[in-house]
Amino acid sequence: MTASNPDGTQDFGVYVHIPFCATRCDYCDFATWTDRQHLQDSYVDACVTDLRRRVEEGLVPLASSVFFGGGTPSLLPPEQLMTILGEIPRTSTAEVTVECNPDSIDRSGLDIYRAHGVNRLSFGVQSFDEQVLAGLGRTHNPANVERVVADARLAGFDNFNLDLIYGTPGESVDQWLATVNSAIALNPPHLSMYALTVEPGTPMGANVRAGALAPDDDDQATKYELADELLTKAKMPWYEISNWAQVGYECRHNLLHWATGDYLAIGCAAHGHRARSRYWNLRTPERYIAAIAAQESPEAGSEVLDLNAQREEEFVLALRTSTGVSARKVDPEVISACVDAGLIDHIASTDRLVLTRRGRLLATEVTVRLLAGNNAGPRYDGVLTAMGKDRPSV
Amino acid sequence: MNAQPRFRNFAIVAHIDHGKSTLADRLLELCGAVEARDMRAQYLDSMDIERERGITIKAQNVRLKWRDHILHLIDTPGHVDFGYEVSRSLAACEGALLLVDASQGIEAQTLANCFSALEANLTIVAVLNKIDLPAAEPEKRAAEIEKVLGIPADEILRISAKTGEGVAELLDVIVERVPPPTGDPDAPLQALIFDSSYDPYRGVVSSLRVFNGTLTSGSSLRYINASALHEAEEVGVRSPSPSPVAALGPGEVGYLIAGIKAVGEAKVGETVTNAANPGVALAGYEDPKPMVFCGLYPVDGDEYVELRESLAKLRLNDSSFTYEPETSGALGFGFRCGFLGLLHMEIVRERLEREYNLSLVATAPNVEYRAYLISGESEVVDNPSALPSPNQIERIEEPFVDVTALTPSEYVGAVMELAQQRRGEQTRMEYISEERVELVYTIPLAEIVSDFFDQLKSRTRGYASLDYEPAGYRVANLAKVDILLNSVAVDAFSTIVHRDKAYDYGRKMTEKLSELIPRQLFDVPIQAAIGGRIIARQTVKARRKDVIAKCYGGDVSRKRKLLERQKEGKKRMKQIGRVEVPQEAFVAALTLDS
Repeated sequence: MTASNPDGTQDFGVYVHIPFCATRCDYCDFATWTDRQHLQDSYVDACVTDLRRRVEEGLVPLASSVFFGGGTPSLLPPEQLMTILGEIPRTSTAEVTVECNPDSIDRSGLDIYRAHGVNRLSFGVQSFDEQVLAGLGRTHNPANVERVVADARLAGFDNFNLDLIYGTPGESVDQWLATVNSAIALNPPHLSMYALTVEPGTPMGANVRAGALAPDDDDQATKYELADELLTKAKMPWYEISNWAQVGYECRHNLLHWATGDYLAIGCAAHGHRARSRYWNLRTPERYIAAIAAQESPEAGSEVLDLNAQREEEFVLALRTSTGVSARKVDPEVISACVDAGLIDHIASTDRLVLTRRGRLLATEVTVRLLAGNNAGPRYDGVLTAMGKDRPSV
Repeated sequence: MNAQPRFRNFAIVAHIDHGKSTLADRLLELCGAVEARDMRAQYLDSMDIERERGITIKAQNVRLKWRDHILHLIDTPGHVDFGYEVSRSLAACEGALLLVDASQGIEAQTLANCFSALEANLTIVAVLNKIDLPAAEPEKRAAEIEKVLGIPADEILRISAKTGEGVAELLDVIVERVPPPTGDPDAPLQALIFDSSYDPYRGVVSSLRVFNGTLTSGSSLRYINASALHEAEEVGVRSPSPSPVAALGPGEVGYLIAGIKAVGEAKVGETVTNAANPGVALAGYEDPKPMVFCGLYPVDGDEYVELRESLAKLRLNDSSFTYEPETSGALGFGFRCGFLGLLHMEIVRERLEREYNLSLVATAPNVEYRAYLISGESEVVDNPSALPSPNQIERIEEPFVDVTALTPSEYVGAVMELAQQRRGEQTRMEYISEERVELVYTIPLAEIVSDFFDQLKSRTRGYASLDYEPAGYRVANLAKVDILLNSVAVDAFSTIVHRDKAYDYGRKMTEKLSELIPRQLFDVPIQAAIGGRIIARQTVKARRKDVIAKCYGGDVSRKRKLLERQKEGKKRMKQIGRVEVPQEAFVAALTLDS
C-alpha cells in the first residue's frame, strides 16, 4: 500500500501536537498537561519557528493533510492556533483537522477555523451517558455535543468526527447502544470508536491496580460487534479497526499512518515518519520550547527499520484497514485456516485478505498467524538503529 | 579367626537433628584427627545439600586414634530411602552407637536402623545427647529405650556433644564394649564396599572394610558380583584426610581406588577379592530397586542435551537412580527416572539443578504398578500414561509398605486419622512410654509418596517420626485418570489413583488447568476421564478480543514491539491437538501441585 495519488504525487501530512488540557481524563496517557497554560504563547511561537525552519530547510512538501491533535487544540484561542496553520504549506485540497473538546469551542471559534482553511473537526465525545462520562473522569455535558455539531454545520463544516469509547467498567450494553444511536442520530460523516484501554501511569491504571474494576475483553467484544452492526446499517462501513465513515469521508491523515506515508512532527511528543525512519520529539513543552529557542533539533529519538521490518510493518498496518493485504505472499494453508476460523475474507477479485468482524477483534492473533505464514523474503531483522533520550510515546 | 584387638569399628545411628554430626566433630577433635584451626561444623558432611539439610547422603568413614586403639567411625545415611546403604554400612561394623536426643526421645527411623543393627548382631551403645538442654529428660528417654530395645537404662550414657561432656568416657566405653573385629590375614581376601563415590580426577573411590585376607596396593583384584578385574591403584585410610597405605588387613576400614569410571561398577555391597586367590562373596548383596518414579524435563527444551549429559555424570556417582528417555506432548523431551524414595528424588533433582545449573520440571511422583491383563499377560507400569486401557485390565496391584510412626500420645488420633485416609490398615499400636506411642500400619506406597510425610508433620506439630519398609504388592481398586484438553490427553497429568479419590483429583486438576491455560479462538473443554467416562469438566471460554484499539503515529513502534513478543511467545507454545499452551502453564500446574 502506498500513499500516492492518481497524479503520482505522494501524500504528506503534518501533525501538530497541542499539549494543553483543562482537566485530565482518568484514562489518558497522552503527553498533555493541565497546569502549563502560561506556556501557551511561547509554545505556539516555538511551533511556528520550528515550522519555518523546516520549510527553509526544504523538508516540507505541500501537505495533503494537517492534523491538530492533543491535548486539546481547541483550548488555544482560535486565532493563535491558526497562526501555526498559516505556516504550513499545503495543497488546495488538503484535509485540515482540529481536535475539539465540545466544552471549549463555540460558534465564533469555529468560524475562525473555517476562515483559515480548517475543513474537518474531531470531537472528543466518548459517551452520551453522564454516568459513563463520570466513570471516565470527563466533565463535559453531553448536551453540548448536539449544540457544537449544529454550530459546526452552521459554520460550514460538512466533515467531522465523533470519538467514542466503549467498555468503561460499569457501562451496560444498553448504555453503549444508546450512545452509538445518539451519535448516529447526529449523522456524523466519521466515527472513531475505541475500546477503553487501561494504561499504566494513569489515574485509571492506578485504580485498577488498587482493585477497581478493569475493562472486560468479552464485554468490549460484544459492544464492538453490536456497534459495527449498527454503523453498517447506517451506511458507515468500517475502514480501519477503530474507524467508520460514510464513503468518501475517511480521514486522509489517518490513512497516511496506515499506509506508512511520511508525516512531519511539530510540537512536543509528536511522532513523525520520514522515508524509513520514525522519530519523536522531546516529550515536555518546556524542553521543546527550549530546544527551538536554542536552535537545536527538537527530535528526541528515532529508529530506522530495515527493509524486511518495514515490509512487515506495512503488512501489519494495512491488515488493520478494510483494504487489507495482498494474499500473494501468504501461505495458502494459513489463509484457508484463517478463513475457516472466520477471521479473514479472501476477496477473489482483488486477491486480498481482509479481516472479518471477528477477525478485527482478534487482529493480533491473525497478524501473528499470517506473518508466520508470510513467505516474503528473509526473516524480520528488526530495528536497524534506535537512539534517543525519550521513549517513543504519543 | 584371629581377633584384631587394636581395632574397633562402629557406626552412629541417629535421627536428624539429634546431634550426630556434632558428635562426629567432637570425636575428630578429641582424637586429634583434625587440628582445631581446620575444624568446621559438620566436618564429615561434604556436600552442600548435606550441610544445608543436616542430613547425610553418602556414607563416610574416618579412622581415629584413641589411646592405644584404632577406631573406625562409619557415618551412615539415616534416611529410609537409603536402607540398603545403611545395612551395608552396619555390616562393616561390630558396634553401633545409638544416639538419641534427651529431650526428643527415640524416633522411628532410628529405631528401625537400630533393629537392623541388632539383627546384624552389632553391639549397641546407647547414648542420650544434649543433656545440657533444659528440656532434656534423660530418665524418661532412657526408660523408653529400655522398653523398646531392651537396653538396660543404667547402661545408657549421657553426653553433650555440644559441650563435650561425657564424650571421652563414650570413647572408652566403645573400646570396652564393642568387640574387636575378627579375621584371618592369610585367608583369601574378602572386602566389603559400603560406599562408592566418583572423583573426576581419580575415578571411583570406594570405602571398604576388610573381613579376611589383606588388600595390598598394586594387587590384582576381582569384583565378585560385577565379575570384573581391576588393579588396586591406591589403598589408603582417611584420618580424615586420605593417606595411602601399603595394605589393609582384617578388621580395617579404608578406601580403594582401582581405575573404575562409574560407581555402577563398584556398587555398595560388592565384595572385592584377590584375582589370583579369590574368596567367596560376602552375604547380603542386593541391587536396590527404584520405588518412586517421575518424569524430569528441562523447563527450556534447549537444555535437553545438557540434562542427558548431567544425568550420565550424576549416575557415575549414584548408581541407585535410573533414567530413560521419554517424550511428553506437554513437556517435550525428558526422562523417566526411578529413585529409592522421595528424599532420593529430591536430592537428585536438586543436585541436577544446583551442580549442573539446570532448570527442571518434575511430574508428580508415582510408584510402580503391576497390571494383569485379561489376555493373561502382565505389565510393569512406571508411567501412569502407559497403563493399558481399563477394558484390557483384569486387575492392578500396587506396592504396599509397613509404616512405623512414633508419636506423642496426644497425636495418636491425628496419626490414625491420616493413616486411615490414606487407606492404611493398622497392624500394631504400643505405648513405649506413658507419653509416646508406636503405631504400625500397612499403607500403599503411593499414599506415602504424595504428601504423607508433610501431613504427618503438620498434624503432629512436627513431633511424629516415620519409617517404612516394603510389604509386597497387593490388588487395589485403582483407576487411571487422564486429563483431556479439547479431547486430547495431556500425558504429564495422567495419574493412577484409588477409585475413591479419582473424582477429587480430576476436579482439582481441571480447575487448576482452567486457570492456567490461555483462552484460544474456540471454547476448550478440560476434562478428567477414567477410560471413556468423563468425571470432571471445566471450560476455557473462547478468546474474543486481543486487538489494540489505537494505531496512530506513536502507537506504531509500540505495536511492533508487542507483536514481536507475541511472535516469540508463539514459538514457545506447545501444541496439544488444536490447543496452544505455553509450557509455563504446564510447569505451573505441576509445581502448584501438592
